[in-house]
Amino acid sequence: MSSSGFSSRQYLREMRFPFCPGCGDYTIANTFLQAVHELGFQDLKRFVFCSGIGCASWIPSPYFKADSIHTTHGRSIPVALGVKLIRPDLNVVVFGGDGDLVGIGLSHLIHAARRNLDITAIMSNNMIYGMTGAQVAPTTPISTKTTTTPYGSFEQPIDAARVVAAGGANYSARWTTHHTEPLKDAVKTALQTKGFAFIEVVSQCPTAYGRQVGLKTSKDILQWFEKNSVALKDAEGMSGGELEGKIVVGEFAKRSAPGLVQNIQGMLEEARKVAH
Amino acid sequence: MQMKSRKLRRNSIDQTHFLQGNEACAEGAVAAGCRFYAAYPITPATEIAEHLARRLPPLGGIVIQMEDEMASMAAVLGASWAGAKAMTATSGPGFSLMQENLGLAFMTETPCVVVDVQRAGPSTGQATKCGQGDIMQARWGSHGDYNTIALLPNSVQEMFDLTIRAFNLAEAYRTPVVVLADEIIAHMTERANIPSLNDIEINNRRKPKPGDELFFGGDDIPPMPAAGEGFNVAVTGSTHDERGFRVTADPIAHTRLVGRLHRKIEQDQKKIAEYEANNAENCDIGVLSYGCTSRAAYEAVERAREDGFAVGHIRLKTMWPFPHWGVRTMAESAKSIVIPEMNLGQALYEVQRAVEGKASVIPLNKIGGDEMITPEEILAKIAEVS
Repeated sequence: MSSSGFSSRQYLREMRFPFCPGCGDYTIANTFLQAVHELGFQDLKRFVFCSGIGCASWIPSPYFKADSIHTTHGRSIPVALGVKLIRPDLNVVVFGGDGDLVGIGLSHLIHAARRNLDITAIMSNNMIYGMTGAQVAPTTPISTKTTTTPYGSFEQPIDAARVVAAGGANYSARWTTHHTEPLKDAVKTALQTKGFAFIEVVSQCPTAYGRQVGLKTSKDILQWFEKNSVALKDAEGMSGGELEGKIVVGEFAKRSAPGLVQNIQGMLEEARKVAH
Repeated sequence: MQMKSRKLRRNSIDQTHFLQGNEACAEGAVAAGCRFYAAYPITPATEIAEHLARRLPPLGGIVIQMEDEMASMAAVLGASWAGAKAMTATSGPGFSLMQENLGLAFMTETPCVVVDVQRAGPSTGQATKCGQGDIMQARWGSHGDYNTIALLPNSVQEMFDLTIRAFNLAEAYRTPVVVLADEIIAHMTERANIPSLNDIEINNRRKPKPGDELFFGGDDIPPMPAAGEGFNVAVTGSTHDERGFRVTADPIAHTRLVGRLHRKIEQDQKKIAEYEANNAENCDIGVLSYGCTSRAAYEAVERAREDGFAVGHIRLKTMWPFPHWGVRTMAESAKSIVIPEMNLGQALYEVQRAVEGKASVIPLNKIGGDEMITPEEILAKIAEVS
């Protein structure tokens, strides 16, 4: 389906997004809504959005004209679980940053993958704590100078899309905000996936990350994404040294294992039989 | 055991059962309409999960064991916003982890029930032993200016009754409600009557009318939509206006919101707080008790009267809001008030506040988990202060 007639305003409240100029979260919001449009949804009535704390958690809340629950830091996924298990007929979507979903909330993310919880989680990975002013994140590349690692960061970053794939999710993909077309397709796939679907979007934060690494505009960072992205199938033939500093993009998991909702429905049927 | 659970599964109601406190709590939840339970195993609360795991699925309800207590509390909030009555249960260590999302539940006006079966702390402490050390955690455990409803069962019957009341208060006030049980009450087995469902009063949250937009203000207790009903409800733990939109830099919005959340409980405290008073208005010595300790206090008070002491007794059924007016009345005649507690003194501070120096407040504390405070110890304290 084409994007003709698409305007993100159709899905948005008449409010200003709070993001800095050049923020990747605009791209993520717009690409998500474009995917929703292409799937044929004229509004967001069949959606519930859950988010935690951080800039990316503001993407749906309250800007999307929809039900949204803006929760505590890291806890959006278990809140989404509660919503989904009571209303399995609704599309439940989580938005969060890297600090939210693979920092403080990592355990919930892996358990969502293990359970194959039937929601879509979209992680805006800007590789830094942006809202609090450029502190090191679990996604920050090693040796990066941040405000809490002024001599360079000294920990390995997490490979979120692979962690979620290994955790048992039916779908896990990584793209960057440079790759808007494949990202849109990934959102469409995720929203149609039963079981857990995760999309890591490596995203630009010119304000906090860009300042720290000397990439002052979003254009600089997007060009860096373009130059350093490697498709998963190409990465498979590359050595560790060759992959250093690269962003591997593509689909890391695409399965059709039963999701949590289906498994719970099976359990409920069994319970009714036993009880009679 | 098999017979009993089969009977309960069939809802063979209106009869007397021989039940464990935790089972009675679970049955209270079922009767109140709870259809979602998320929790993490912890002694001495685990039987609530085990009992509900058998009971809820045949009724279409869901029991899910979460990865930790933060997730448990979060899932309960999600289920509540999806329209379900939802509960979790835990003990002190898990209750500490739940404080984060208890604050969120208060701020977002999310009805839900948290059962805290108290054990001896701090930290891991004595997992299998009784304590009453979470009295103040239940009031002040989360950060910021919030308000709490916490109920104090002292029997298996009350584990059933007060769990239902907790749901009713949560629904009526759109706020989280804590059942502050203890290991002794939760693990004892005694007779409990489960009335016919028709004889149980059940409250349900007020729903909005089509076109309503104010779900976080307007009225002191606004109507609550559920996700998927088309209201486009914006829920946030940040300071928000009546529509739920974040207004974090506005001092007036914050004062208005937090003031209302406080007020909706404060102004109804005499309706919410329940206590039993026995000769409390005309006594030389008062005893104030709650939870498991109150069972020893009943006997001690009776024996003290036989020995000629003019003893009054207040047994709290609600810790928060604290019924300071009842305690204050007792202090008009009593020169001393004895407070037996299985901690190093917690309700004591609230009594001191209530009596404003009109009576001496006498602690009687026991920790260690070996045995509860005995009637003899309370009796000896009454004789000592007379």
